[in-house]
Amino acid sequence: MVPDKLKYTKEHEWVDVDGDIAIVGITDYAQGELGDIVYVELSNVGEKVTQFESMGTIEAVKAVSDIYAPLSGEVVEVNAVLETAPEVVNRDPYGDGWFIKIKLDDIAEIDNLISPQEYKELIGE
Amino acid sequence: MTTKIIEKTVFELSRPGLTGASLPTTDVPEADRSVIPGRMRREGKIGLPELAEVDVMRHFVKLSTLNHHVDKGLYPLGSCTMKYNPKVDEDAAALTGFASLHPFALGGFSGGAVEVMAQLGEMLCGIVSHDAITLQPAAGAHGEFTGLLVIRAYHEKNGNPRRDVILPDSAHGTNPASIVFSGYKPVQIKSGPDGLVDIDALKNILSTETAAVMLTNPNTLGIFERDVKEIAAMVHGVGAQLYMDGANLNALMGIVSPGDIGFDVMHFNLHKTFSTPHGGGGPGSGPVSVKEHLAPFLPVPVVVRDENNEPFFDWDRPDSIGKISGFWGNFLVMVKAWVYLRMLGSEGLREVSEWAVLNSNYLLSRIQDYYGLKYSGTPMHEFVADATTLKEYGIRNIDVAKRLLDYGFHAPTMSFPLIVPDALMTEPTETESKASLDAFADAMIKIAKEAAENPELLHRAPVTTPIGRLDEAKAARTKVLRWPIPDDL
Repeated sequence: MVPDKLKYTKEHEWVDVDGDIAIVGITDYAQGELGDIVYVELSNVGEKVTQFESMGTIEAVKAVSDIYAPLSGEVVEVNAVLETAPEVVNRDPYGDGWFIKIKLDDIAEIDNLISPQEYKELIGE
Repeated sequence: MTTKIIEKTVFELSRPGLTGASLPTTDVPEADRSVIPGRMRREGKIGLPELAEVDVMRHFVKLSTLNHHVDKGLYPLGSCTMKYNPKVDEDAAALTGFASLHPFALGGFSGGAVEVMAQLGEMLCGIVSHDAITLQPAAGAHGEFTGLLVIRAYHEKNGNPRRDVILPDSAHGTNPASIVFSGYKPVQIKSGPDGLVDIDALKNILSTETAAVMLTNPNTLGIFERDVKEIAAMVHGVGAQLYMDGANLNALMGIVSPGDIGFDVMHFNLHKTFSTPHGGGGPGSGPVSVKEHLAPFLPVPVVVRDENNEPFFDWDRPDSIGKISGFWGNFLVMVKAWVYLRMLGSEGLREVSEWAVLNSNYLLSRIQDYYGLKYSGTPMHEFVADATTLKEYGIRNIDVAKRLLDYGFHAPTMSFPLIVPDALMTEPTETESKASLDAFADAMIKIAKEAAENPELLHRAPVTTPIGRLDEAKAARTKVLRWPIPDDL
């Protein structure tokens, strides 16, 4: 399941850009590989994140992984639901399981992301 | 899932007045409690369980039968070297002269113990061709931390502690943690398609800011880093140190000496390679050995010999990183390792490694048609198979692992190393017979067939153990970190 309207990273994040705001989450493939997600820790509102650098961690039963910022900017909102119900990421990775909203520094960075087609190839779909 | 209590805690089994020993009434008058400050005086009950000896014995024997352990069955937990531990080691460690010795009983009262430490250190240095050793670290990760602090002290003495420690993406998770704890920055390099360190990638990131390169050899895929001498030359070329994580030493003893192929520092896991209990039966012991140029930086005290060949604690080492453990390390673990080494001798140790490698490769040859093997290099004492061949049936490595319990085996290490999806990292060790290896291989093959024919059975597994499949996600999300003490205790 790789929605056509989104952009992706090779580290399995998705991005939905609307004006200068990007909504970020992890892909359905990523949640499936991670298995049951038990904890998500993200940068706080007001903090700066840098493209392709860590902006948090995601803990599943078997491993802890970094979450990378797909684009640079300032965190304007964090999905509070994940604090108490991280399993939402498993259930609805592209919807209620979104992670973070970033106010973008440089819209041109989008060119560094990959298309749905490229992401499908990456995960062998 | 409903909670099923199959054995109560000793506190719940407690009955007022029961006791394991009858002591005579004390003829010493009770102390004046008023000399103890009020806030430090216990007013309530002490809360210890009250049980007869037989109840305690039955409780713990029962718990031991509910668990899986190496005295009960094969335990092929990769990277952990869960070999059978000979009981003679325990006999020696239980000798009163060792077990009842106070750590501060120095001089003539502890000469035998210090001699054991000296001889153990000498034997370990001999196995790996190193010049000096500390027995203090309490486990492998503690050894890594100690080894890195020694490297840092060496670089500081030379004027610059440097910044980076390089490690491959197949490294044990403790490696990057130890790097960060010792004030360095971990820099990761990708493994090549054969599972080995990519020499060109290493060349590109080595610099005069590289403090050390940490390798496990054979690596966590069980594959020997055959370019290690070239790597050592490159690392030493920029003035950095080469560290060996000794977790997989069980493949090398008497065959390859880490010191001879360029490793400056390494840690041992006595609780893996040298047959002292671990995995809850510990404690561990992670000695660190070094080449001559790093010896001044080892933790104090170092056990050395005087002009009369008598061993003593040498505290007079001004460049030492200091003391890193309470007392002198986990001494009784050292006694067990000493016995193991003396029982086997150098010929025996070589055979240990040869059998460990043979057993692992035999097992792999039996199951390789049924499971995946991502990396092409020939493994030594362990191999990393994977369950990706069963993914089309909806079966993951955890389902295979749980089903193995139904056949009386512990699972291989799961989901590690991280570079292998659905990993089943398998290390049978030298102490398993061919019959035992065949029984395990038969179970693995049967499970692969069950995955195709009846995947639901695997999803439900284990079904024959006292407790079935646990809800691990719920356990991680809803943590119950202590047993709630009932009000009436």
